[in-house]
Amino acid sequence: MSEPVLSVRDLVVEIPTRTGVLKPVDRVSYDITEGEILGVVGESGAGKSMTGNAVIGLLDRPARISGGEILLKGRRIDNLNRDQMRRIRGKEIGMVFQDPLTSLNPLLRIGDQLTETMLAHLDISADEARDRSIAALDEVGIPAAASRIDSYPHEFSGGMRQRVVIALALCAEPALVIADEPTTALDVSVQAQIIALLKRLCRDRGTAVMLVTHDMGVIAEAADRVAVMYAGRLAELGAVREVVQRPRHPYTEGLMGSTPLASRGQRRLRQIPGSMPRLGKLPAGCAFHPRCPKAQEACRVDPGPDLSADQGRAACWFPVEQVEVAE
Amino acid sequence: MLAYIIRRVAQSILVLLVVGLVAFSMFRFVGDPIDNMLGQERTQADIDRLRIELGLDQPFVVQYYKFLSTAVQGNFGVSYRQGRPVSTIIAERAPATLELAAVSGILALTIGIGLGVFTAIRRDGWASNIIMSVSLIGVSLPTFLIGILLIYLFSVELDMLPSFGRGEVVDLGWWTTGFLTESGLKALILPSITLGLYQMTLIMRLVRSEMLEVLRQDYIRFARARGLKERAVNFRHALKNTMVPVITVTGLQLGAIIAFAIITETVFQWPGVGLLFINAIQFVDIPVMAAYLMLISVMFVGINLIVDLLYFWVDPRLRADRAGGH
Repeated sequence: MSEPVLSVRDLVVEIPTRTGVLKPVDRVSYDITEGEILGVVGESGAGKSMTGNAVIGLLDRPARISGGEILLKGRRIDNLNRDQMRRIRGKEIGMVFQDPLTSLNPLLRIGDQLTETMLAHLDISADEARDRSIAALDEVGIPAAASRIDSYPHEFSGGMRQRVVIALALCAEPALVIADEPTTALDVSVQAQIIALLKRLCRDRGTAVMLVTHDMGVIAEAADRVAVMYAGRLAELGAVREVVQRPRHPYTEGLMGSTPLASRGQRRLRQIPGSMPRLGKLPAGCAFHPRCPKAQEACRVDPGPDLSADQGRAACWFPVEQVEVAE
Repeated sequence: MLAYIIRRVAQSILVLLVVGLVAFSMFRFVGDPIDNMLGQERTQADIDRLRIELGLDQPFVVQYYKFLSTAVQGNFGVSYRQGRPVSTIIAERAPATLELAAVSGILALTIGIGLGVFTAIRRDGWASNIIMSVSLIGVSLPTFLIGILLIYLFSVELDMLPSFGRGEVVDLGWWTTGFLTESGLKALILPSITLGLYQMTLIMRLVRSEMLEVLRQDYIRFARARGLKERAVNFRHALKNTMVPVITVTGLQLGAIIAFAIITETVFQWPGVGLLFINAIQFVDIPVMAAYLMLISVMFVGINLIVDLLYFWVDPRLRADRAGGH
């Protein structure tokens, strides 16, 4: 296996507050290789977006990275200064946001937004940037790109705007794209198109994708591997098929049981009792133990084995036993 | 677009007519000009004769109609006090006020927007906190007090700048300017700071709060995520979006600068139309008061119209709505 595009090692993000230090991301490790789509799934507040923001260096103060390493193509990027990090954003790491209606500057033509991004990172002339912008719009499926390039964002529909956003994120050909809930704000019919587009573009270019979502359907559709997050920690990490069909962590099992999947046929959805604890009130030991049907004494004391990138699938002392099937 | 302008101009004319009507209905309460115009040796016959001569015996609506019918021909009547045509008097006085207002307006706009952007970008810096605290003085102290304080400090104590008047002016025939002489420029400093300080702090605080709001928007985050330079994010993306609400307030404030020049001109004895108006009120010089009020209304209405047109220039979404809706 070649060197991973993104390698996150024991990442810790802290938010100092008056009542104590919160850890929205706690010792999270994962790799994404070239052309791979890693789905990051979890409930609101599980730390998925925070992880993405930490990678691209856009944590809102006072949140900060307090431990671990982030390596992009083997180079450490979590300790770069502001200007060095700015050069990486857009050029090496692209980002797609949730709401295409608010992601584009309403007062600037989309062509201007594309060309300014290219000119910030690539050594090309303004004319060339414009030609490339038209090509980029064409590639994301904007019809008549050459005549639409001088339109303003409000002249596009939501789905079209998300295509423009994707064109913007990819226009400097980054090695990694962080897509933070890219389909959540869209109509269901448009969601599938956007996911298909993102998948195709990234496969063609070999771009690694970190796909943050709470939608298991999107993960099952698009991702190669999936990381399940719970209360700032990685609960389970593995190939999508494995995790969906044979979850090991009791939380993942509960998550799958509560997700309607067409492949499983109709049956009553199961719920996980209770709700995810607030960050300031995390229980000792494994954060999931108060809700876990299998919790034992050890779970109340020790947070469970750390998941490293290559060994162990679930951060649980008593993983769900599944019939082992050769992969 | 043209239809919109025409409609707005029609509305503006209506506003002007109403302003004039209200003004004329109130002139009778200011006092009786006859008292001032005739000396001690007047007889009741003199008073009655003059009252009829000036048309003051008629109801205010009729007086207003007469004023309007001559005003549209460019004739604003003759000043009771100076005995000269009002249009000539105002034309003499206008350059002083307009130069003062222009300098104050430019000061208020450039420093206001500049400091507003600065304090928004360096939100938690010590310099921002100092500027914000000092700006409270600007919004809370009344204009005349600031003027008097400045006079005390720079004219009385330090003896650096003149406390009153315009200094030497150069007569260009149709315009008298204080920009070309050293004493003229010196004389401008204190009054223009006095006049513009309130607007400056207001614009600054407005720009700051709008800019902070804009900086929280997703498109700013996205601009950062695309690796744009901080300067481009702040000025190209954030400032332009900040300008839409700022233009409204700023436009009205520039009108206010001209209107409220009255106080500053009184404090500094600045020979502009504001001082002319104050003197006219003391003498109940109705033609001068009427002409001044109409002039100020025209200016306000004109600025409003320009502000509305500026929106179209700044915000493409409005252009599209207009094209589709009208």
